[in-house]
Amino acid sequence: MQPFTKHTGLAVILDSANVDTDQIIPKQFLSKVTRDGFGVHLFHDWRYLDDAGDQPNPSFNLNKPRYQGASILLSQENFGCGSSREHAPWALADFGLRVIIAPSFADIFYGNSINNGLLPVRLTDAEVKQLMSEVDAKEGAEIEVDLESLTVTSPSGAVFHFEIAASARHNLLNGLDAIGLTLSHADTIAKYEAQIPAWRA
Amino acid sequence: MAKTLYEKVWDSHVVVAPEGEAPIIYVDRHLVHEVTSPQAFSGIEVAGRRLRAADKTFATMDHNTSTTSASLEALSPMARTQVETLERNCKEFGVRLYDIHHKNQGIVHVMGPELGITLPGTVIVCGDSHTATHGAFGALAFGIGTSEVEHVMATQTLRQLKAKTMKIEVRGHVAPGITAKDIVLAIIGKIGMDGGTGYVVEFCGEAIEALTMEGRMTVCNMAIEMGAKAGMIAPDATTAEYLKGREFAPKGDNWQQALAAWQQLKTDEDAVFDASIVLDAKDIAPQLTWGTNPGQVVAIDQQVPNPENEPNSTVRSSIESALQYVDLTAGTLMTDVSINKVFIGSCTNSRIEDLRAAAHHAKGRKVAAGVKAIVVPGSGLVKEQAEAEGLDKIFTDAGFEWRLPGCSMCLAMNDDKLEAGDRCASTSNRNFEGRQGRGSRTHLVSPAMAAAAAVAGHFVDIRKPY
Repeated sequence: MQPFTKHTGLAVILDSANVDTDQIIPKQFLSKVTRDGFGVHLFHDWRYLDDAGDQPNPSFNLNKPRYQGASILLSQENFGCGSSREHAPWALADFGLRVIIAPSFADIFYGNSINNGLLPVRLTDAEVKQLMSEVDAKEGAEIEVDLESLTVTSPSGAVFHFEIAASARHNLLNGLDAIGLTLSHADTIAKYEAQIPAWRA
Repeated sequence: MAKTLYEKVWDSHVVVAPEGEAPIIYVDRHLVHEVTSPQAFSGIEVAGRRLRAADKTFATMDHNTSTTSASLEALSPMARTQVETLERNCKEFGVRLYDIHHKNQGIVHVMGPELGITLPGTVIVCGDSHTATHGAFGALAFGIGTSEVEHVMATQTLRQLKAKTMKIEVRGHVAPGITAKDIVLAIIGKIGMDGGTGYVVEFCGEAIEALTMEGRMTVCNMAIEMGAKAGMIAPDATTAEYLKGREFAPKGDNWQQALAAWQQLKTDEDAVFDASIVLDAKDIAPQLTWGTNPGQVVAIDQQVPNPENEPNSTVRSSIESALQYVDLTAGTLMTDVSINKVFIGSCTNSRIEDLRAAAHHAKGRKVAAGVKAIVVPGSGLVKEQAEAEGLDKIFTDAGFEWRLPGCSMCLAMNDDKLEAGDRCASTSNRNFEGRQGRGSRTHLVSPAMAAAAAVAGHFVDIRKPY
């Protein structure tokens, strides 16, 4: 996994609540057997006017010239709800996003993002609104996200603190392979298995 | 210390909780399907890791299989590759697979319970959010992403942080004709689509205890639609009765030991929940969603809500954009909303009891002119049972199509999809924009409500003659 320490980048606004994973990556793109190439289909039904994805929707923020190259997504509450499809963080990361900032996230999406080095940042409703308003006001506005100091710095220099589980932060900072870490406990797992009652073995 | 049901199952599965790391919990059963597993299988292969417990891993193909033909020829080239990849992976890693030719093949969350793979007091995971279904048995069951699928394959464990606990009690008894689907939609309507985020929910109360296992599965299935990590119901005699004799359920002495262990699987009287919600069962009317998320739900005798009555600006703008998408006007009576498609199926409502309820409304009637209605049983076993009871004949006589098992139009990965502008009465679990087809509109209802809408051509209050 790609480590995440600190990132400064252009932010794009997606001012909707309850952005679900069906919307992030619709089902017709889930038939691939690899993890790559999902970025072009990100937010397909909102981003393109046609089914083939040849006609970008000019009113969708991700298509606007001022947001090209954005690496931070600002959105509203309950981001990533619905289906457990990890194709959602794969698509967001493949598109070039490194951070999603929202007042709240759905649980499965939140965990899937961390497992892919995509940082989900929970800020308060008021803080997200302030970031959106600053980004909206100034083309090219950048936001800084620092996982070591657990802070988000707005384009005007306002600093917001965020929280993340210490274990998730540690894994992200070091780009650790979760499976490798768990396998270092293989003996303990085997001991656990040896005492599982027969009815659930 | 007094514990909740969730805490008991959690505690019995913590392998180790290393300092400063997320606890490692053991996974008893891993369910696998074609869409969220290929990258995980290739992950362990590339890393040179082995599948730790093939005998605890069960695979089926359900998400993109055809409901009109049990042939790979009927699939799109990419879907076919995905199905064939699952076949190859299962062969290579020694995983039991219920492929499209197997008589027990079906939707993973229908098949698991009916084969007795799902047991009380176990931890069950699957790369699918509706894994919450299995909580109906008092299992801790939840959906995971593909990286976690790979983690389970390699270690038979998961890294998990303990969730908060929520008790949702449905007191008293529901009125005649009110089903598990109405109960769970009413709960989501009350707490919202993210009301359960961060929690494992325990459903309890007389109305929950009175449900069959099929009904309990419908309730727990939609725990994810309120944002909950998992939903659970304490096992009881209904649970044991359902499981007894099923293929993978314990037998002989093991069965006796299981029964004894399951007796302990209930929340202690003085255990404390982090949150509690109470509903009165008698107040629950047939429910249906009007908008683009499962929390946007009303009773059948109500109207499409008016965004002007909503004080919160974010919620108001969600209502406005939902109304625009579903093309409904505030104040419209739900019984005046016409539909042109009906889908009876999905891991929420495709079990035998669901099909019986739908058939009850279809019997001797005809699907309304201009309406296309399909019935997709949840598994080969459900299909067989329904046909033995003559339900298929009732449906086809009434003009419904009787299909082969699979996820079908719930997520529309196969050919069963809606067209732009279609309005569908659906027994599935998500009414998100485009979920059943780009530009289509989904209204979530119970099987009885869906069948009634099919014959009437619009939503009807099934409590009254129609």
